[in-house]
Amino acid sequence: MRVVVLGAGIVGAACARELARRGLAVTVLDRGGPAAATTAHGEGNVLVSDKGPGPELELARLSRRLWPEILAEHEAPPADAVEWDAKGGIVVATTDAGARELARFADSQRAAGITADTLDAAALAEAEPHVTRDVALAVHYPEDAQVQPSGAAAFLLGGALRAGAELRTGCEVLGAVTSGGRLTAVRTSAGTIEADAFVNATGPWSGEVAARLGAPVDVRPRRGEVLVTTPQPPLVFHKVYDADYVGAVGSGAEELQASAVVESTRAGTILLGSSRRRVGFDDRLRPEVLSVIARKALRLFPCLAGVPVMRAYGGFRPYVPDHLPVIGPDPRLPGLWHAGGHEGAGIGLSPGTALLLADLLTGRAPQIDPAPFRVDRPAVLFEGDDQ
Amino acid sequence: MTARTRRHVAVVGAGPAGLAAAAAALRAGARVTLVDAAERPGGQYHRMLPEQYRAARPERLHHGWAAFDRLRRHVLGHPRCAWWAESSVWSLERPGPGDETAPRVHVVRGPADGAGRERLVLDPDALVLAPGAHDRVLPFPGWDLPGVFTAGAAQALAKGERVVIGDRVVVAGAGPFLLPVAASLLEAGSTVLEVLEANPAATVLRGWGRRPWELASQAGKAGELAEYTALLARHRVPYRTGRAVIEARGDGRVEEVVTARLRADWSVVSGTERIVAVDAVCVGHGFTPQLELPLAAGCALREGFVQVDGDQRTTAPAVLAAGEITGIAGAPAARVEGLVAGWAAGGGDAAAPEARAARRRRDRARAFAARLAAAHPIGDGWPGWLRPETVVCRCEETTYGALCRAADAPASAAARAVKLGTRAGLGPCQARICGPSVAELLARRSPPPDLAAGGHRPATPHHRPVAQPIRLGELARPPKENL
Amino acid sequence: MSPRLLRADADPVGRHDTPLTVTVNGEPLAGVAGQTVAGVLLASGRRSWRAGPSGAPRGVFCGIGVCFDCLVTVNGERDVRACRRRAADGDVVTTQSREPGDAR
Repeated sequence: MRVVVLGAGIVGAACARELARRGLAVTVLDRGGPAAATTAHGEGNVLVSDKGPGPELELARLSRRLWPEILAEHEAPPADAVEWDAKGGIVVATTDAGARELARFADSQRAAGITADTLDAAALAEAEPHVTRDVALAVHYPEDAQVQPSGAAAFLLGGALRAGAELRTGCEVLGAVTSGGRLTAVRTSAGTIEADAFVNATGPWSGEVAARLGAPVDVRPRRGEVLVTTPQPPLVFHKVYDADYVGAVGSGAEELQASAVVESTRAGTILLGSSRRRVGFDDRLRPEVLSVIARKALRLFPCLAGVPVMRAYGGFRPYVPDHLPVIGPDPRLPGLWHAGGHEGAGIGLSPGTALLLADLLTGRAPQIDPAPFRVDRPAVLFEGDDQ
Repeated sequence: MTARTRRHVAVVGAGPAGLAAAAAALRAGARVTLVDAAERPGGQYHRMLPEQYRAARPERLHHGWAAFDRLRRHVLGHPRCAWWAESSVWSLERPGPGDETAPRVHVVRGPADGAGRERLVLDPDALVLAPGAHDRVLPFPGWDLPGVFTAGAAQALAKGERVVIGDRVVVAGAGPFLLPVAASLLEAGSTVLEVLEANPAATVLRGWGRRPWELASQAGKAGELAEYTALLARHRVPYRTGRAVIEARGDGRVEEVVTARLRADWSVVSGTERIVAVDAVCVGHGFTPQLELPLAAGCALREGFVQVDGDQRTTAPAVLAAGEITGIAGAPAARVEGLVAGWAAGGGDAAAPEARAARRRRDRARAFAARLAAAHPIGDGWPGWLRPETVVCRCEETTYGALCRAADAPASAAARAVKLGTRAGLGPCQARICGPSVAELLARRSPPPDLAAGGHRPATPHHRPVAQPIRLGELARPPKENL
Repeated sequence: MSPRLLRADADPVGRHDTPLTVTVNGEPLAGVAGQTVAGVLLASGRRSWRAGPSGAPRGVFCGIGVCFDCLVTVNGERDVRACRRRAADGDVVTTQSREPGDAR
C-alpha cells in the first residue's frame, strides 16, 4: 500500500514513521523544508496538565506514554537532539477565584487518572525558588514534559526515512485526481503523485489543502507568540503557568488571549508565552501583545523584570472550533485522511495521533476511541459561527 | 503651521546618512525626530570622543570634521528637531495591508542596556532608516580568541575612546576600510606589522579600474584613501594583496596568527603559510548591512540590500532608506543618499534644482559602490579555512562540523531546523555575526527548497522582530505616545 | 603588551581627563570619565572577562554593540554590552558565565 503524507511537520513526520514501520510505502511531501513552519515556532509542549477529562486527555496520555518508548528505540545522539525533558509542570493560581477553579479542574483530572499534586508554600518554594510568593494554589503535574520541537520532528522524520519512507521537499499540493469518487493522486508543483491513501497533515494549512483536494475542513490558523530571553543561569525549573492558560486554550475568542507560561530551555534561554489571536496568516509582530505576555510572566516571576528579551517568534496553530484534533478518513473523499487540528498541542500529541491514524488506516483496533476525532463532525465540516 | 499639523519625519540613525536626512527634511519644512542608540551623533564614521574627555582638538581624528561639526550643530540645535540620544528602536510595527501610513516606531531610551529605560512610541508621517552596517568577519580557526577584534572595533576604540588594542597588530580582510583602521592604530601608537587584502592585486585593480583614486574622487574618497596609503608608506607598513589571516593561535588570548597566500577564490595556496607573532589582530571582510529594521518595516531587498527608487523610497509605504543598508558605498555616498531621502520624506519638491543635483551626486556614488564590490568581493573558498572543530557561531559555540552534520541529514536540513538543532545564530547576538556565514555554508551544502511556507517569512539571517534587547520590566510598562 | 588607554598628556586631541573608579568582581579599577565599561576593562590590561557556554574566554570583539561578546553585569543588571555602556564612578561590575552558581 502506498501512502502519501502531506506535510513534513511533526504530525506528518510521526505519521510517516508509524506507517513506514508497518511496511507501507510512504512518501512525505512538503512545500517548504521539514519542520520549518508551525513545528519550529512553538514551545515543544508535551502536556497533560492543561487538558480536562475527555478525548483529548486520552490522546495526551497515550502520547505521553509513547514518547519515551519512541526515544528509547534509538541510541544517543539523535534522541539527544530531541531534548526530552520530563521536567513536570506547575500550575499556579494567584487569585482565590482562580484557586477554586484550579482545585476543581485538578480534582477532575485526578479522577481521570492524572497525577496532580497540590504544593504547599514550602514545597512550591523548594520546587521553584524564584516564583512569586503571592500564590493561592499551586498544583504539580509530574507527567508534563518538553521537547525541542524541531529536533523532535527531525528525529521522527529520520525514523520514517530509515524505515524506507521518501521525503520530497519544495513540493506543493495543487489539486486532486479522482477516479470513481476516490482520491487516486495529488497534482503537485513537482508533478502528479499517485497513492492508495493521502494523509493531510498540513497543520494550519489543512483547511486550504483540503479545499484544493475538494473536501474542505474548518481548520483555521490561530497565532501564538513566544518571547525568548537571553541565556540565563537556571532560574525556572518546571513548566510554570498561570491557571488562566487552561481558559485561553479552551477559548475560541478572536481577540487576544494571553496567559503566562514560563519555562527554561537546555540552552539557558527562558521561553515566555503565550498569546492566542485569530488574525489569519497575518505574521506582523504586535509590540502590545508582547507587552501583555511580559506583564503576565512578571506576575508569576517578578525576579525576571531585569532579564532581556532577545527574540520573539510567532507561529500559526491549527485551530478547530471545538478544540479537538481531526484524525481519520474523510467520508466525502475515500483515499483522503486527516491528521491535524491540534492547535498548540501538536508536538505533544503527535505520537498518539500517528498511532491512531495508522491503526485506522491499516485496519487494526485503535487503542483509544477514535470517534471524537472523526472528520464528519459539525465543527469540522461546517463553517464555524465566527464567534 | 503648528507642530502637530506639520509633517513629522522620524530618522533612525544619526551617522552621515541620518544626519543628512534630518537636515534635508528640516529644510523641506518638516518636524524631525532623530533617533540614535549612541550618546552623540556621527555614527561609526564620525564616532566622536566622549564629551567627558573635554578634548581640545577632536578634529585631529576626523576627515571632514568642520563640515560634520557644522551639520551636527545645525540639526541638533534646530527648533524643529528633537534629538533622541541613547535611544534604541526595538521594534517597528507595520500597518495592515492597504494601509499607507508609516510603521510605528517603538523606542527605549536610557543608558545602553539599562534596566529602567523609558518606552516611547513615534507615529511619524514618514520614516527614514539609516542604521548603517557593521563589519562582516568570516570565521576561521581561533577567531574566537580574545585579542582578535573586528577592524571596526579597533577603530572605534582608538578613535572613540583612545584605547589602543595592542602593540604588534596585523590588520587583515578585504576592502579599503582596512586602511583607515591601520591608520587609526598607527596614530594611536601601535605597530602595524602588515595590512593583508585577501583579494589578489588583479581582482582589486580590475574592480577599481586603471585609475582607482581618480574614480574614488567622484565620491569624495580620493584624498582620504591617498592619505592613508601615504601614512602606511611612511610607517613602512607592508600592504599585501592575495594574503589573509587563516588562523589565530594562543593560550587564552591571541599570540600568533597564521597568514597564507590565497588564490582568487580565497582558497589557501598550501606551503605559503607564515606564522606572525602578534598581541592583537583586526579582521574585516567587508560589511553586513543592519537589515532588521527595514525587514520589520516590510521593505523588499535586492541582492542583499534594501531596494530603493530614485528618491530613496523603499517598497514599504512612507519608509525611505539611506546609507549602507542600500549598498556599501562609504560616508560620502551615505550623505547624499540621506539628503535625497530626507528631502523626499519631508515632502520636498522632487523637481527642485538642489534635489536634482543631489540625485545626480547620489547616482555617481552608487557607481562607486559597484566598483567597491567588484574590487573587494568575498571569495567562495573561505570555508576551506575551517576545521570541523572551528567555532562558527560565537555565542553558542556551534562548530563547523556540527553545522555540516545537521545540514547533511535530510530530516533536519531546513535552515530553521538546523538553527534550532545546532543553536547557530540563536544566542545573544541573534546571528548578527554568524548569520550570513551560516546561511552561505548551508546553502552550499544542501541547496534547500526552503521556500517561505505560506504565512512564514523566507529564511533570512537578518530577520529580528525584536531589533534590540528589551528587558521584561521595560516591555511590561505601557509606552509614552503622541510624541 | 596589553591594551591600554593613550596617556592624556601624549594625546594630540588634548584631553582633560576626570578619573573615576569602578569595581570588577570586587577589585577596584581606575578609569576615566567617558570611557565605556569595556574601555576601562581593556585599559586595565584585561582582554577577556566573560565565559562562553563552554567556559571559553570572551572580551571585546566588535566594539560597537553588535556581537554581544563583551556582556557584563553592571550594578546587578545582567547582560549589559560593556562596549556601549558608559562607565560611571562607583559602578559595580561583575563578570558573567552560564554557570548555575551565577544566578542572582
